[in-house]
Amino acid sequence: MSVYPYIVAGWMMVVGLFGIGRSRNLIHMILCLSVVQSSTYVLLLAVGFRRDATAPVFQGIAPWRRAVDPIVQALTLTDVVVEATVVALMLALAVDAHKRFGTLDPQDLRPQRG
Amino acid sequence: MALAPLAIAVPIIAACLLVMGDSLTPRALANAVAIGTASATVVLCALLLGQVWHGTEVFWMGGWHPREGGVAVGIDLAVDPLGAGSATFAAAVATAALVYSSRYLEAVAPMFQALMLVMLAGMVGLCLTGDLFNLFVFFELLSVPAYALTAYRIEHGGPLQGGLGFALVNSIGSFLVVSGIGLVYGRTGALNLAQIGDALAGHPADGLVVVAFTLIACGFLVKAAIVPFHFWLADAYAAAPVPVCILFSGVMVELAMLGLARVLWTAFSGAEGMLADGVGDVLAVVGLGTALLGAVMTFLQHRLKRMLAFATIAHSGMLLTGIAVLDAHGLGGVAMLGLANGMVTASLFMAVGILSRRLGSISERGLHGRGGRERVAGGVLLLGGLALASVPPLGIFAGKALVEEAATARGWGVAPALFLVVSALTGGAVLRAVARIFLGVGQRAERDPLEQDEEGETGEHEPSGAASVLLLEVPMIALLVAGLAAGAIPEVRHAVEHAAGQLVDRHAYASQVLEGRAPPGTTAPPPSTGPYTSSYLYAIGSLVGALACAAAALFMPRTRPLAVLARGGDLVRRWHTGHLGDYATWAVVGVVALGWALAAAAT
Amino acid sequence: MKPAHRVAIMLAACAGLLGWYVWGVAGLPDFGDTVSVTGTTILHAFAGERHTTNAVTTIVFDYRGMDTLGEELILFISVVAVTLLLRERRDESEDISPEAERAESHPRGSDAVRALGVATVGVTVLLGLYVVTHGQLSPGGGFQGGVILAAAFMAIYAAGNFVVLRRMGPADWMEPVEAAGAAGLALLALGGLLAGGAFFHNFLPPGPVPSTIISGGTIPLDNVAVGIEVFGAMTLLAAEFLNEAGIARVRGRSQDDEG
Repeated sequence: MSVYPYIVAGWMMVVGLFGIGRSRNLIHMILCLSVVQSSTYVLLLAVGFRRDATAPVFQGIAPWRRAVDPIVQALTLTDVVVEATVVALMLALAVDAHKRFGTLDPQDLRPQRG
Repeated sequence: MALAPLAIAVPIIAACLLVMGDSLTPRALANAVAIGTASATVVLCALLLGQVWHGTEVFWMGGWHPREGGVAVGIDLAVDPLGAGSATFAAAVATAALVYSSRYLEAVAPMFQALMLVMLAGMVGLCLTGDLFNLFVFFELLSVPAYALTAYRIEHGGPLQGGLGFALVNSIGSFLVVSGIGLVYGRTGALNLAQIGDALAGHPADGLVVVAFTLIACGFLVKAAIVPFHFWLADAYAAAPVPVCILFSGVMVELAMLGLARVLWTAFSGAEGMLADGVGDVLAVVGLGTALLGAVMTFLQHRLKRMLAFATIAHSGMLLTGIAVLDAHGLGGVAMLGLANGMVTASLFMAVGILSRRLGSISERGLHGRGGRERVAGGVLLLGGLALASVPPLGIFAGKALVEEAATARGWGVAPALFLVVSALTGGAVLRAVARIFLGVGQRAERDPLEQDEEGETGEHEPSGAASVLLLEVPMIALLVAGLAAGAIPEVRHAVEHAAGQLVDRHAYASQVLEGRAPPGTTAPPPSTGPYTSSYLYAIGSLVGALACAAAALFMPRTRPLAVLARGGDLVRRWHTGHLGDYATWAVVGVVALGWALAAAAT
Repeated sequence: MKPAHRVAIMLAACAGLLGWYVWGVAGLPDFGDTVSVTGTTILHAFAGERHTTNAVTTIVFDYRGMDTLGEELILFISVVAVTLLLRERRDESEDISPEAERAESHPRGSDAVRALGVATVGVTVLLGLYVVTHGQLSPGGGFQGGVILAAAFMAIYAAGNFVVLRRMGPADWMEPVEAAGAAGLALLALGGLLAGGAFFHNFLPPGPVPSTIISGGTIPLDNVAVGIEVFGAMTLLAAEFLNEAGIARVRGRSQDDEG
């Protein structure tokens, strides 16, 4: 199955999104978002993989060895940091919500309607 | 030559300094540093604009020039006139917002200015960059302070869920962008926009290209609050303090559209089928639908900040329609409209802020008849409302006329008529509010069953001293005048069209970035002729419509047809539930719908 | 929307999304066969140009340094925002009374956990420093090492208790540390500009071959700056959230004791 890893990424994305949709708890919702973000890491790293290749670190091995794509690894590194900080910010908001409303259920957050 | 990176670095370093010296700096010094930095950024971007007027200039970060065969190993800032112009615009609005906030926010930590400056850096970077992943990084750099600033209002119990919804839906947008980038990279092996464009050019737009484009586009459409990704915006605007709303409504939506246009034209336009008529049709339907829904919701609101938020959504829909024309004329109209409408809406927010500060309420009901003394704010609201109703020859009219003419040339005769309705509703809502607040006419707005008790930003009475006038009213008037004048001056129209023409030229961009020279024989598109009579007629129509809508809302008795309309309006309003799961659900529905539609259109 | 409706709509939308996504992804080259011209170019060139052995770190701090600067700023500003949000909202009434604090300062939990924690801290710090400084040679770098260093701090919490943590007051001196790291990276980038090259130009000589700890020009310095910043940021985050949890727990316990 030559595109199987990409489908795995798609499955993770969809599972996370569905979790966000039916969530009754803010922390759970934010962690589902985290799952969705992880799907992008899987996609990026899968795109960079090369068969019979080594890691792009040439310490102790010859620099002409075939290596996987280093750029997507750099992209994933950047992406992980960025998304993790957004999750941290949202968790702080969730803590705040719990303090203010005593609940973590999105339905009970006294939303502004209309 | 180094202006471009400096324009990004200056606000960043100032923000770091402000955070480091947090406990030591008095408020006045922090404000001065912030305003000074933002002004310096305006100057840098304006100088940059002058430099790049006749052609894109490219700055390679780290000195990594492209290798043989057009392989870009580094990140570049590819500055074209539209990018530099947008950056200048963003910096100018940010300066005005910082001046306004120095008086408006009573007890503010230096973190506020630091957050605003980082947002500014992200905005400038987004306008100037030439690399797809770098575009995403700057996109996030302007989003994260926005999430924080929305939840910043720590004195009042504002809707916390505004910040959460904002962060949640926009994070979904970000993940969509990264997925799209991953797919593009898998096909082309490149992250540089010009290199991607060259790699995709000449090949048919197959499933991968369409899916990648849709994912990236949806990320930007979330930020631009296009239906059905728009639910977060009204809650976020209601929660965020007014100086932050100024920056949001004035700049963020326009920059999201710039990002979309940039990706579409420099990276994807070469693929066969990407610029097909069907694609434009799909985007136009989405844009017009958004504009209509935004306009209807604007008219149904009695809370001023939410009203302006939905007006921003309507404006965003009009911008998307202009992009959907898929040529330079439409894009020129988008730039013109974005510039003018952005500044007018920003000044309207400032006026609303002054009212809330001095009178303690931001709903029509709470302010009914009390606006008497606030003549300046009232004048701004009146002129702004008229501008939204697109009175010629002011700023918004010129931009709308460009977009309408481009749309008609494309074959969408219905677009100007729908724009008329949109302008009538949005202008009418503001005019109705002005009449209620300042003239005390009409029935007092009924108690809204959906409305919660929304206090103003503070109950204190803000005395109208000299400092108040200078810091609150001058930026407001300056922005309004600039927004109105932008359309009245024909040179501005020509300049904007020239800039738009450069953005859509993929070949010139690619050869400038990858080979360092412009290709021979590039010709500028012929400038469009001035506003046609039909545009003037539509504008008069929307002005009349606005006055009629306002009068109807104020004076008409509750007859049967009106009651039915009101019931329909109630249904539309109830669709905006405020529940985070609902917002996410509609966003996913939007991606699926747009995805399948574009897939059918492009392949 | 009623929850049942929402779940149904989301289910349908997710199914449609997955189908559409799979259709698009089918156009990707086979897994393992992707050829990236940019990646290959860098793989062949980086060792000669920068005298480093880790391609990923070289890309992160040199070829695509601008991304890293942006990302670091996002981390910086986001942690500043979290601190702002959590601290400002903490009322005085939420603070714990001196009696509760005294009662809490007797450690609970087993001696074995404490001993293990203390032993781990030293090793973790050493590992973190190693990973930070050798980023351009072996897998690692500023980000990874900074997180390991922050983990050492969390080991202190796991080994000790909440009140000890508060007395250390990490939040106060972590903020300038974090800001210094962020500014350090920005200044290094600016330094390239001032040294006559472009922004983020690697203006120091690439160093000896075979690569050592100072190879790579500005890359080791960037590593250190980012390591400092990430350490400060993660520690701040941990401290703030643990503060929240700890206050809640101590108050809960003192209320139980009173009641």
